[in-house]
Amino acid sequence: MSAAPAIAAKPVARESGNALPVTAVCLCILLVWYAAAIPMNWVVTGPKIEAAGGGLSGILAFSWNEARPVLPAPHQIAQELWKSVFTVAPWMPKSLLYHSWVTLSSTLLGFVLGSLLGVALAIAIVHSTFLAKSLMPWIIASQTIPILAIAPMVIVVLGSLGFTGLVPKSLISMYLCFFPVTIGMVKGLMSPETTQLDLMRTYNASTSQVLWKLRFPASVPFLFTSLKVAVAIALTGAIVGELPTGAIAGIGARLLQGSYYGQTVQIWAALFMGSFLAAALVWLVGVAERVTLRRMGVKP
Amino acid sequence: MIRSRITDILYPAVFGIGVLILWELIVRGFGVPAVLLPAPSGIWAKLIASLPILWVDFVQTVIRAVIPGWIIGSLSGFLVALLCDRIPFLRRGLLPLGNLVAALPIVGVAPILVMWFGFDWPSKAAMVVVMTFFPMLVNAVAGLQASGHLERDLMRSYGASWWQTLVKLRLPAAMPFIFNALKINSTLAMIGAIVAEFFGTPIVGMGFRISTEVGRLGLDMVWAEIAVAAITGSAFYGLLVFLERRVTFWHPSYRK
Repeated sequence: MSAAPAIAAKPVARESGNALPVTAVCLCILLVWYAAAIPMNWVVTGPKIEAAGGGLSGILAFSWNEARPVLPAPHQIAQELWKSVFTVAPWMPKSLLYHSWVTLSSTLLGFVLGSLLGVALAIAIVHSTFLAKSLMPWIIASQTIPILAIAPMVIVVLGSLGFTGLVPKSLISMYLCFFPVTIGMVKGLMSPETTQLDLMRTYNASTSQVLWKLRFPASVPFLFTSLKVAVAIALTGAIVGELPTGAIAGIGARLLQGSYYGQTVQIWAALFMGSFLAAALVWLVGVAERVTLRRMGVKP
Repeated sequence: MIRSRITDILYPAVFGIGVLILWELIVRGFGVPAVLLPAPSGIWAKLIASLPILWVDFVQTVIRAVIPGWIIGSLSGFLVALLCDRIPFLRRGLLPLGNLVAALPIVGVAPILVMWFGFDWPSKAAMVVVMTFFPMLVNAVAGLQASGHLERDLMRSYGASWWQTLVKLRLPAAMPFIFNALKINSTLAMIGAIVAEFFGTPIVGMGFRISTEVGRLGLDMVWAEIAVAAITGSAFYGLLVFLERRVTFWHPSYRK
C-alpha cells in the first residue's frame, strides 16, 4: 500500500505571517477577474457599448453590470449571494440557504454512514489477513471507477425501488467518502509499534482490548485527517447526486437550473455557496479534531 | 516469497469472481428485473454486442478530453509549483488558497466551462485541466521541499546552480509526491470529463451515453459503459503505479 488516491499530500508546514501574501494573491485574482470580464463579456456587451457611444466609462459600466454575462464581475456574485441569502426567508425555494440545507443534510447523512463503513472495513482489514489481501485491491479499484458517473443510475434505480430524496444522494456521498477513511484508519490502526503491541500481549489483553485501548486511540489523528478529506468529497458527491435526476432543490439543482436558463450569476452564487459550505465543514472537523486531541492529552 | 505473490493475486481474484457469481445467482434466483440490475452475463453480452458505440464514446471522452486535460492540468500545476518555488512570496500566497480549493466541490465549475468552451470536447478537457491543476500544485510544492538540508548543502558545496540542484536532487526527491498527484488526478480526470458531459454534449461520450441510457432504462448498456470506465481507470492507475516503481525505485516503500 504505497500511496492512496484521493488523499492529498500533507500541506507544507504553515509559515507564520501568510496573511499578506494571501491577500496580495487574492487582490491579484480580483484584478485579473475584473479585467477579464471586459473582453469575455464583449460578445454580449459589445453592441450595447457601441450603441451607447463607447468610452471607457461606458465599457466599464456595461461589462461589469451585464444581466447575463459570460463572466460576471465579483460584485455581481456578491450581490446575488446577499439577495438570495439575506433578503429571502430561509424556507423559500428562492433562498440559497434552503438549497444549502437540502444539500447539507444529504452530505451529513452520507458522511456519517461512509465514515462508519470506512472504520468498520478498516477494523475488519486489520484483523484478517484474508480480508486484507482480498478486499484491499478491490477497495482501491472501486475508486478508479468514476462513481460520480454512475450516480444517475444509482438514483434512478433506488428511486424505482421507492427510495427518493435524501437517501440515494447520501448513498453516493457514502460511497465516495468511505475510501479515505478506510485507508487512513488502516494506517492508523496499524500505527502502534511492535513494543506496544508486545506490552499488550504480556498483559494477556484480548483482541478487542487491544483494539479499544491501544489501536483505536493511536488511530485518532489519522481518523481526523481522513475525515477532513471525506467530508469535502461527501459534499461533492451530494452536489453531483442532484445533477442527473433534475432535482428541484439543492446546490446541484441550482447549478443545473442556472445552466439551462443561462443564469450565469446564479451559477456562480451557487458555486460560492458550495465552497463556503465545504470550507465550513472542513473547519468544523478541524475544530472537533483539536478538541478531541486536547481531551486525549495531546500537547499542541 | 513466490507463495505470497501467488496469494496476492489469488485472494482478490477469488473474491472478485465470488462476487460476480453471487451477483449472477441473486439476479437469476430472485428474478430481479433487468431494469433494476442486469446479470453479469447480460452485461458482458451487451458489451460485446455494442463495441463500436463504446469505442466511439471512449475516443470522445478518454482520448479527446481526459488525456489531454490530464496532461495540461498536471503540467501547468507543476510549472506553477516551480514558479512558487522560485518566488517564496507567491508560494506563501498561493499555497493556502490551493489547499482550500483542493477541498472545494470543483465539479460545480462544469456548467460554466460548458458555457465558455461549447458542448464538444474542449469544455470537457478544460474541466479536467481545472480539476487536476490544484492537486498537482499542492503536491509538487510539498515535493520540491522534500529534499533534506544536508543534501542541499552538499549541492551548494559543489557549487551547483539552481537548475542543476533542481534536476539532480530536488526533482528526483519530489517524484513520490508528483506520482501521488498524478494518481489522484487520473481518477479526478475521469470524473471531471464524465460529469461535464451531464451539462451538455454532442451525442457521443461516456457521460452522455450513461445519462441517456438511464433515461431509457437500458441498464445493461449503462453497466457496459461503467465496465469500460472501470477498466480504463484501473489500467490508467496501474500504468502509473508501474511507472512510479520504475522512477522511484529508491524509495523506502519499495525496498524488499
